[in-house]
Amino acid sequence: MIPATFDYAAPATLDEAIALLEKHGDEAKILAGGHSLIPMMKLRFASPEFLIDINNIPGLSYIREEDGYLKIGALTRESDLEHNPIVKAKFPIFTDATKLIADPQVRNMGTIGGNLAHGDAANDHPAVMLALRAEVVATGPNGQRTIPIDAFFFGFYMTALEPSEILTEIRIPLPGAGTSNAYHKLERKVGDYATAGVAVQLALDSQGVCREVGIGLTNVNPTPMRAARSEDVLRGQKITDELIAQAAKFASEDCSPSSDLRGDEAYKRSMVGVLVKRMIRKAMERAS
Amino acid sequence: MKRDITITVNGEQHTVAVEPRTLLVHLIREQLALTGTHIGCDTSSCGACTILLDGKSIKSCTVLAIQANGKSVQTVEGLAAPGSMHPIQEGFKECHGLQCGFCTPGMMMRAIELLEHNPNPTEDEIRWGISGNLCRCTGYNNIVRAIQYAGAKLQGQETPSTEPTFV
Repeated sequence: MIPATFDYAAPATLDEAIALLEKHGDEAKILAGGHSLIPMMKLRFASPEFLIDINNIPGLSYIREEDGYLKIGALTRESDLEHNPIVKAKFPIFTDATKLIADPQVRNMGTIGGNLAHGDAANDHPAVMLALRAEVVATGPNGQRTIPIDAFFFGFYMTALEPSEILTEIRIPLPGAGTSNAYHKLERKVGDYATAGVAVQLALDSQGVCREVGIGLTNVNPTPMRAARSEDVLRGQKITDELIAQAAKFASEDCSPSSDLRGDEAYKRSMVGVLVKRMIRKAMERAS
Repeated sequence: MKRDITITVNGEQHTVAVEPRTLLVHLIREQLALTGTHIGCDTSSCGACTILLDGKSIKSCTVLAIQANGKSVQTVEGLAAPGSMHPIQEGFKECHGLQCGFCTPGMMMRAIELLEHNPNPTEDEIRWGISGNLCRCTGYNNIVRAIQYAGAKLQGQETPSTEPTFV
């Protein structure tokens, strides 16, 4: 399978890349890791006329703590995230998630920015970022703007990015004491998209009361989804088995999975409930 | 329209003309005639097309040739001079790590990066490490042993027994 013909540029600066986006508009696509885009082009689901390869632009790949945030450059590869010591120590959720994203070779190419900008509810980072209450930095002709993750995913493959904007950074609030997180997806085999996936972050105070909580769901809704009612059940409460069961029930009711080869709707709802329970417990264990 | 790119393959620099849509695996196999890199699924699932791009294992069916401009590629042909064997090749030979051989070049290229990061991998780490490579003969047990053999050999340690085990 070979993609349809297209023109290609590999600009050396972000300004050049944005100028190319302005010039070519909807006909252009950004090429980062390419492991969502190139398969779609080979299958002819996508036929962009112009590819703007951002891999030669320096300064887009980094992981650092700054101003109370973990800042991740959009071009950071999944494999860099997987093996980063800061991430391993403070965000076990990324270790959980990256290990389950495709396979090692794909993670050597795939980028965290691309995983989000693709706007696919089947990708794993969107749910993780919802749980972590991340912000996305978009850079365009008028400079940078910051988009809260809750305002980023619009619809099927649609995000808040304007046609001439590039996702350049992800900012995640650094976890305080008593905060931890966990992610798991049920997959049929290595490299598959999730049958269902659940990301949880919990902040517990010294009394074990849940001060803040984030729960994101993968591939059980047209868009990446926050399980808001489940969060409300836990917030401000000392977490009990009854509350965990209630949170799981709400998440399985509120999501909107479609029946497909990975399972029918009822099965997926049931698995959302199971995973919500397990990830709450895992995050609690890690937080204490 | 074709563009000239410069690419170093197995230590040898080539300047070749490619269309932007040319996939790296097609450049390697068809223009450079290095057919040790295989095309299996053509959908980045099977890993038969795995090569090293600037030392990192990647699936060359899902990378554009033009993305490798200025970069260095290593394929199975570059592992050892004719008549000699790289430790990973020796491991696959000694441990019967191949049956039909179709997945073998990709398995070996993946294993090289795995062993570079983790010279003494456990069986579990090897299985996760080659989780992007499919062997349809399902000879995984011997592939794992072949990688363990190569790991020992690369470090100058005594190599494990190559007697087959039955499970």
